[in-house]
Amino acid sequence: KLMMSLQEVNPRVRGIRLSSQSGLHSLTENNTRDIIQGAPQSFKEQINISSGDPQRAGMKPISFVRQVLAVCLCPELLSDEHLPLDVRLRALRLLEACDGESVGSYTASSGLPHVRQTIAEFIMKRDEGVPAYAKNIFISSGAQRALMVIVKLLSGGEGRLQTGVLIPHPCPHGLLPLLDEAGVMAVPYRLIEEENWAVDLSELERALTTARGRCEPRAIYISNPGNPTGHLQDRESIEEVIEFVSTERLLLLVDEVYQDSVYAPNKEFISYKKVLFEMDEHLRDTVELVSFHSLSCACVAECGLRAGYMEAVNMDPGVMHFVDTMLCTDINAPVTGQLALDLMLSPPGPGDPSYNTFVHETLVTRATLAQNSQRALKLLNDLPGMSCRPAMGGIYLYPRLDLPAEIKEQANMLGLEAVVLYCQMLLEEEDLIVGAGDDGTSGSHYLRLCILVPPDTLEEVLSRLSSFHLRLSDRKLNRIV
Amino acid sequence: MSQEAVNGVPCRGKVLTVENMNPNVKRVEYAVRGPIVQRAVQIEKELREGVKKPFTEVIKANIGDAQAMGQRPITFFRQVLALCSYPELLEDNKFPEDAKQRARRILDACGGHSIGAYSASQGIECIRQDVARYIEKRDGGISSSPDNIYLSTGASDAIVTILKLLVCGEGRDRTGVMISIPQYPLYSAALADLAAVQINYYLDEDNCWSLNVAELKRALNEAKQHCKPRVLCIINPGNPTGQVQSRQCIEDVIRFAKEEHLFLMADEVYQDNVYAEGCKFHSFKKVLFEMGPEYSSTVEMASFHSTSKCYMGECGFRGGYMEVINMDPEVKAQLTKLVSVRLCPPVPGQALLDLVVNPPQPDEPSYTSFMKERTAVLAALAEKARLTEEIFNTVPGITCNPVQGAMYTFPRITLPPKAIDKAKAEGKVPDMFYCMKLLEEEGICLVPGSGFGQKDGTFHFRMTILPPTEKLKVVLQKIRDFHLRFTNEFS
Repeated sequence: KLMMSLQEVNPRVRGIRLSSQSGLHSLTENNTRDIIQGAPQSFKEQINISSGDPQRAGMKPISFVRQVLAVCLCPELLSDEHLPLDVRLRALRLLEACDGESVGSYTASSGLPHVRQTIAEFIMKRDEGVPAYAKNIFISSGAQRALMVIVKLLSGGEGRLQTGVLIPHPCPHGLLPLLDEAGVMAVPYRLIEEENWAVDLSELERALTTARGRCEPRAIYISNPGNPTGHLQDRESIEEVIEFVSTERLLLLVDEVYQDSVYAPNKEFISYKKVLFEMDEHLRDTVELVSFHSLSCACVAECGLRAGYMEAVNMDPGVMHFVDTMLCTDINAPVTGQLALDLMLSPPGPGDPSYNTFVHETLVTRATLAQNSQRALKLLNDLPGMSCRPAMGGIYLYPRLDLPAEIKEQANMLGLEAVVLYCQMLLEEEDLIVGAGDDGTSGSHYLRLCILVPPDTLEEVLSRLSSFHLRLSDRKLNRIV
Repeated sequence: MSQEAVNGVPCRGKVLTVENMNPNVKRVEYAVRGPIVQRAVQIEKELREGVKKPFTEVIKANIGDAQAMGQRPITFFRQVLALCSYPELLEDNKFPEDAKQRARRILDACGGHSIGAYSASQGIECIRQDVARYIEKRDGGISSSPDNIYLSTGASDAIVTILKLLVCGEGRDRTGVMISIPQYPLYSAALADLAAVQINYYLDEDNCWSLNVAELKRALNEAKQHCKPRVLCIINPGNPTGQVQSRQCIEDVIRFAKEEHLFLMADEVYQDNVYAEGCKFHSFKKVLFEMGPEYSSTVEMASFHSTSKCYMGECGFRGGYMEVINMDPEVKAQLTKLVSVRLCPPVPGQALLDLVVNPPQPDEPSYTSFMKERTAVLAALAEKARLTEEIFNTVPGITCNPVQGAMYTFPRITLPPKAIDKAKAEGKVPDMFYCMKLLEEEGICLVPGSGFGQKDGTFHFRMTILPPTEKLKVVLQKIRDFHLRFTNEFS
């Protein structure tokens, strides 16, 4: 036996479950390759709205961010008078914050002190004065990487002592593979579809009780605004969760990446930290909370730059030291990403030359998101066999599909999940890639649609999707995929 | 640790503590950023606050960060990256046409024509193709497939990924990974985190830090008693030792890996940093294939490269790749799955890597200035390597092997017994005690040899050769003076 074989691969790696999303992704990658090589396919341009990647779909980046980064990358541009003065001044300041005044240098593993400070100030302003400190902020190569660090710190134990983390069902599609990789058991708690995917305390309690005895639950993960559901928790719901984690002694992990994307009328994002600090002193001083944010949010959407951060509240200082040590193995988050965080959280202010453009671009993005959500919601709900809860924020819609029996049988025969077969057929017939959702209770199926796309693209998406869906409902299924 | 609250009601301890966290994490240490660097940062803060010290700045010669020490980036690369970041600049006639052409090509390969979109997790396809072509050209035509190329977030990411992939087994069957001592602490940190068994093989200080197979065999045989050796790591050119392996040596290592059924990990991030006369970089892959099909179709290997070192020094971008050779398809599928968990490497780093493997050609407008910059950087490093060896070897009590390549020197220091005792009394490892004292007295930050591993009873430090030449001369003087003082003080 000469080659290293599957038996010798880390069992934990082997155990990483590819989400149905990834299964679909590899299909789409093959498809894309064929298109590039000019193989005859449909004449439409392929549209991919399966992941939270607005720029891939054609949304434009914020000019200020890209201009400042360009100057930081090529400092000769500091003297280019075609670029607004505030762009050049900010670039200068950011370069001074870098070692050797270059974005090519390493930074401290937890991030540039200047950017950590900007983040702290942003948080304090957002939370109307609740103190935030740079030393509790850790910058990483994306929020997922930060989450992985914390999950790894929590992980340990075998068999019934294996660490468990409560996660929402449905959940963001990278979450299960991440927990698999860390060797941590996922303990799902159902979000309540009938209540627009609300978090339900009795469901949390049920999940926790079931988990105990099978594993050692140590943390709960929540995304708010919800990914992919778009649910926004109100203060009361957040308070319930906080009391729950305090009573049950769980670490609270809150993904607040879409905090800038709330569009439902009369709804506003309120951070877990702010709510915590407005509860009684005992909770405020003891609940251990880690919140996550990243560049991959709605308005900035710089997914490819790979930077995010976590803020640790009430974390043991000894543990925080190890957070930094763990981040050392990445050396540091990419510097252009770190700088983009600074720009995202400390944008141009009134009076700055770039302010009007910045405001305009942000408003257009938010308006697009709100309008797309409304438009898509209506159309999806008008389709037979599809129903969708309204979203209050986030960049997805999460419609439920009632799939014809033929599809389910066909999928079964092919060893695919029914929704994956649906998505595969949609790709082949309409050149549209959508996300496969998590199967619900009682065998219901869902799609994950990123709706932060240019309005024309949304129209095209809705047209192709409804055309396919209506055909499917009408015809008999007799083809082998 | 439980505490009483002010009102007398007992508080329970924290939910997450050092005692109840993942025990593997406690063993993770990364000396390059360890306590001595933390102290250096603190001293810098004190200097800024006006505290009086015997020096006015801290010279951080601890980390291989060329641009932090004043090395300039390559103009062409930064121009293309600026164009990618803000494509409106493509209208600006201050940018040369070859830079614009590359920017357009990169943007066309990105989702939504933007560097802000996620890429495929294995990396942007046309960049992987460019990397494969670069490798083919470098290795005299030996073919390289883009499917075997994985772009990564620096070489570190790829190295940790492979280690993660290959760690399995329990107890005596647990994966053992052979690493050279002295080693780059990322390896030991990753092995601690993964609870893999670290198998140390010692480089031969008396022979320019060369590697010999007898030592590999010794280490392997001893290790077989308590683990299952599966992986052999080698850094060439070496970190921290700077040695450039001879072709013969590389062949010997390949032969050894084949005989012992070991997966080879060849860390080649310093492949352009070769200074000493008579030394040449030989890629492991090239040597492997020149040894004929008996080896080239059986030895399993991953080689690593990055944008952080060589003449680019672009550490902050976290660009890199690995090429996997002869990997079992099922294992490779697991690798592909594993990298997909982390989404994708940073796109600016991928773009930069594309420029490194696809630099200006002789018929292009930017070629002359590009070559000038590249040559100047490498020549300066070569000169500093020579200077460092020369000066250190004039100091009684410091012996320094030639810095054949990479960016560091790892001289051996003789410490008087009284100093060793004093260190122990203070609970410090002797070379840490030495380096801390150097930091406090001269403001020079080095990394003690204990952070990299060394033969028992010997002491070293690692210093980078990156400060600008004039400053480097001053640093070398100061270390010389310090060493003599230190020796005197503890005699």
